[in-house]
Amino acid sequence: MNNEQAVKTMTSIVAKFTDYAGKHLPDDIMGKLQELRNAEDSPLAKVVYDSMFDNLAKAAELNRPCCQDTGVIQYYIKAGSEFPLLADVRTILTDAAYAATQTAPLRHNAVEIFEEKNTGTNTGERIPWIDWQIVPNSKSIEVEVYMAGGGCSLPGQGKTLMPAAGYEGIVEFVFDVMTSYGVNACPPLLVGIGIGGSIDVAANLSKRALFRPIGSRQHNPKGAEMELLLEKGLNEIGLGPQGISGKNSVMGVHIETAARHPSTISVAISIGCWAHRRGTIRINDDMSYEITSHKGATL
Amino acid sequence: MNKTLTTPIKNEDIEQLRAGDIVYLDGYLITCRDMPHRRLVELGRKLPVDLQGLAIFHAGPIVAKDGEGWKMISIGPTTSMRMEKHEKEFIEQTGVKLIIGKGGMGPNTEEGCKTHKALHAVFPGGCAVLAASEVEEIERVEWLELGMPEAMWVCRVKQFGPLIISIDTEGNNLFETNKVKFNAKKAQLVAEINSQVRFIK
Repeated sequence: MNNEQAVKTMTSIVAKFTDYAGKHLPDDIMGKLQELRNAEDSPLAKVVYDSMFDNLAKAAELNRPCCQDTGVIQYYIKAGSEFPLLADVRTILTDAAYAATQTAPLRHNAVEIFEEKNTGTNTGERIPWIDWQIVPNSKSIEVEVYMAGGGCSLPGQGKTLMPAAGYEGIVEFVFDVMTSYGVNACPPLLVGIGIGGSIDVAANLSKRALFRPIGSRQHNPKGAEMELLLEKGLNEIGLGPQGISGKNSVMGVHIETAARHPSTISVAISIGCWAHRRGTIRINDDMSYEITSHKGATL
Repeated sequence: MNKTLTTPIKNEDIEQLRAGDIVYLDGYLITCRDMPHRRLVELGRKLPVDLQGLAIFHAGPIVAKDGEGWKMISIGPTTSMRMEKHEKEFIEQTGVKLIIGKGGMGPNTEEGCKTHKALHAVFPGGCAVLAASEVEEIERVEWLELGMPEAMWVCRVKQFGPLIISIDTEGNNLFETNKVKFNAKKAQLVAEINSQVRFIK
């Protein structure tokens, strides 16, 4: 396969996977939703979960995006330093987002700043958004496809605290956001928290936290403990599915961290709705691929 | 048998219903979000659809051309709170009886529902294919120049739901009641967690 053929092949793979990820939730989210559904006993919460699962089955059967708001497409990539198509990645991902917009079809969600015009293609200035990490000596590339609707993007915010506020300030911030904005963001929610020394670092990490599989824990034991405390506490608030109240509020709480400045603690929060459309695919240098988020998926 | 409301909806059909009840809709449902509210209430324009006794849906659908007509692909509720500013006057001027959306609405809508006998109800968010499957036919579209999400799509629906009543004709508000409950638990939960995260020593 020459370079031109490889670019074409990878564009087609990512386009089909983007289309697929808008219609099927990943395995870990499906498992967690089932677990939360089983825990509910009120008629209201049950009827909402029934609708959610009915909707997912219909989306798969009719081959349609499971939520009408298919978000602004984002690709979080871990690119091997020896992956042969590094120079072409932006073009490939942009063409893939455009193609998936036609085939799925995805809603047109890219509005140019200042011009205030919807491009109608889901491509635009810096969109699809691409976040790069380089993996030394690897020949493959891992792509996370992510689409979040406006409803669950709305609670996203950050704050830089003074050290005197401590980790206690982080807890208060998270609870304030969840009880004010969380209700309308389509719970049960996945809560991504980033902690670092400046707001940009915290914001980026809060989004990356949403890509960790459900059930995974912070690498630091204190961080893992804090995740569990927040999960338990937020669940006791009992937002329930769609905020109508119930036994739980969240699918999980994930914290990602970077060493901070001695004088600052920046915290940011990113929220994923129950329809957490995240897909993970690893593509090798020979264009063979493996989908790790959706077992048995075929493109 | 599901409790079903059929358009045209009369006051006596809805007066006994309470926040938290579940109903389904048969009849006419018209999509109506930010722009038609603004045009009617702020700009004083006449709506191209008579909404007396009918239901509106805070939703921007994905529709596809189907021969001469249109086919509903995906239609999920959008955040109702965006329409809070206009909803009281909207109910008063149109005679709409059922407003469907996502999440709660505020005191303005409570007052409108109470004074003019109307309901606000939520359809489960993110369930857009389920909702589309309950649309029998798109009969026509008005104000299409506003774009696909903002146009008024006149839909005939069958057993459209589940619809959870969030504001009833007495002005009871499910989401506001819940919010008070959520906030009442918050302070103690935060205090308990905070005693265990004093990592800065």
